[in-house]
Amino acid sequence: MKLLTLNFLTCAIKTCKTNSASFPLHPRDAELEIVEADVNLPFLKNILPRLMWDELRGICTELGLPELPATPPTPADLIQPSSSTPETTDAAPIAEADEEPSQTAKDLHRVLLETCIQEGKLVCGACEHEYAVKEGVANFLLPGHLV
Amino acid sequence: MPEYLVRLAQAHESFRKVELQALADVAGVTLQFVKYEEDSPYCIVNLCSDSAARKIITRSILAQGIYELWGQGSTYRTLHQSVRLLSGFQWPHYENASFRFTVEGYRGGRSASEQRDIIDSFSYMALKGQPRMRLPDVAFRVFEDYDLDAKEPKYLYFGRLVAESPRNEAKRTFDLKKRHYISTTSMDAELTLLTANIAHVAPGKLFYDPFMGTGGFPIACAHFGAVVFGSDIDGRTIRGTGGSARRGQTGKYDVVGNFRQYGIESSYLGAFVSDLTNTPLRIPPPTMDLTTGYLDGIVCDPPYGIREGLKVLGSRQALLETEKQTHQDQYKAPGYIPPKRPYSFTALLDDILAFAVATLVEDGRISMWMPTANDEDIELIIPSHPCLELTSVCVQAFNKWSRRLLTYRRRRESEVPEGTLESAKKEYEKGTRASELNDFRRKYFQGFKEFESMKKEFVRLKMNSRATEETVGTAEEREART
Repeated sequence: MKLLTLNFLTCAIKTCKTNSASFPLHPRDAELEIVEADVNLPFLKNILPRLMWDELRGICTELGLPELPATPPTPADLIQPSSSTPETTDAAPIAEADEEPSQTAKDLHRVLLETCIQEGKLVCGACEHEYAVKEGVANFLLPGHLV
Repeated sequence: MPEYLVRLAQAHESFRKVELQALADVAGVTLQFVKYEEDSPYCIVNLCSDSAARKIITRSILAQGIYELWGQGSTYRTLHQSVRLLSGFQWPHYENASFRFTVEGYRGGRSASEQRDIIDSFSYMALKGQPRMRLPDVAFRVFEDYDLDAKEPKYLYFGRLVAESPRNEAKRTFDLKKRHYISTTSMDAELTLLTANIAHVAPGKLFYDPFMGTGGFPIACAHFGAVVFGSDIDGRTIRGTGGSARRGQTGKYDVVGNFRQYGIESSYLGAFVSDLTNTPLRIPPPTMDLTTGYLDGIVCDPPYGIREGLKVLGSRQALLETEKQTHQDQYKAPGYIPPKRPYSFTALLDDILAFAVATLVEDGRISMWMPTANDEDIELIIPSHPCLELTSVCVQAFNKWSRRLLTYRRRRESEVPEGTLESAKKEYEKGTRASELNDFRRKYFQGFKEFESMKKEFVRLKMNSRATEETVGTAEEREART
């Protein structure tokens, strides 16, 4: 599972949903793997406002990944400023398809869409329940006494 | 606006208009239907330009191609008149272009020599370019629409090709027979692609399937550019250790492998094992503002409880304290399997809608399949939610039952009247056995017999009411709305 998934996951136990400590889930004993992928700029731009930035930063720290900047990037930060004649204001605006991802976008892409958790556990910060990750698939089925 | 002729496939008729409209909405172009019949593969639409037409058709699964309409008529005499009138001013543009000229018949046809005569009858267009069957500069086509077993066509169209659809290629590429890993209930590839189109999949969007199985819907969504993830209550289907539906297939076959097969692995976020009624996804509390959704769309084919069991976490009977203790003691053991119980199908559908309301962004779509017996009054049982607007209903009919693709749009916060969220507690079927909980399943296994007589009664009542009072108008209104 790619790290971005953690942006959407909380504890599956209903009583935990209202507890702010249940988000994000904390990876523990995680085996990470990098799966290279092309940078998807339209997707990064679309998902940017939906990122829980502080929580994602926390996860990166816990996993020992390079630290994310303190404040989330703006959509403009994701686009490489056009290197060729940026001064010409009379030229037509660059078409969306021609936009190049900036280093910020590439770094974000690396963390969210290339870093995968293969094995390990995800732990709820409120109830301490552990969800196992096997072969990159996390198991959120609750045992009989918790449903 | 110029008129265009869409050559549709004569399949899944009730999906065709819905798909074209959805693709127009995604592309942000205005589409008006001038002429459309369920019984005909020829549809005339208004579009502002060739590029708008191209945008729509290059993703369409149920169209074959789109043509600029250069003429129409019920006989060749009127067709030629119409061609001269509508397109005469365009002929000089194509005077020296290499061209292809073909004749196509629907439910009828012509011999090669008759076709040549037809083509020759257009000589007044004075095309001087080279005829070329492969990759010509411009392609023209005469369309003949026949009645069944008729000798002469009832109507004729003439058009210039603007764009061909990816229908045949997509159907071939995503064919389940060639897919790496499938299961017994994998959805037909054509229908998954169609569902993705109707759900407004587009590059950059995020889509989720809560009942992914072997990933048919997420694959279709990723094919059209969305980033996808999914979940299933059965982890074996995702990890792929459960094997395949194919006889004798061994080795590692899993959902990731499917994405790899189509070269769209980078659009696959991953999957997890979960149950929709105890979802691990973030559910913002309903008291918070409604704009906190994070999914652009949800596509799913929920388990009907027939071939695939409809189960959620929990036990059929409330657990005794000692049993609870046993679960608590053992749940960390490697082979532990959480208990599951059958669930009411109508409750599940309502749960899906409630989940969609909590997680979709404004104007996000949810497309889900729902089976029904053919004799139920469908208007009554289509699930609804005050925050969702039903945008389309498409029907795939089988013999005694049919399944419908229901598509809803998440209303904007400003559209939802205050206080509607405190919905009344609904009563669902009670019981512990699957058949008690699932109306559709019960009827299915009884061969829909108990409803044969009810159906006759229903038809009789309808006829009576129609005779006594003019309710036809309202019925038509309802049809127009859907």
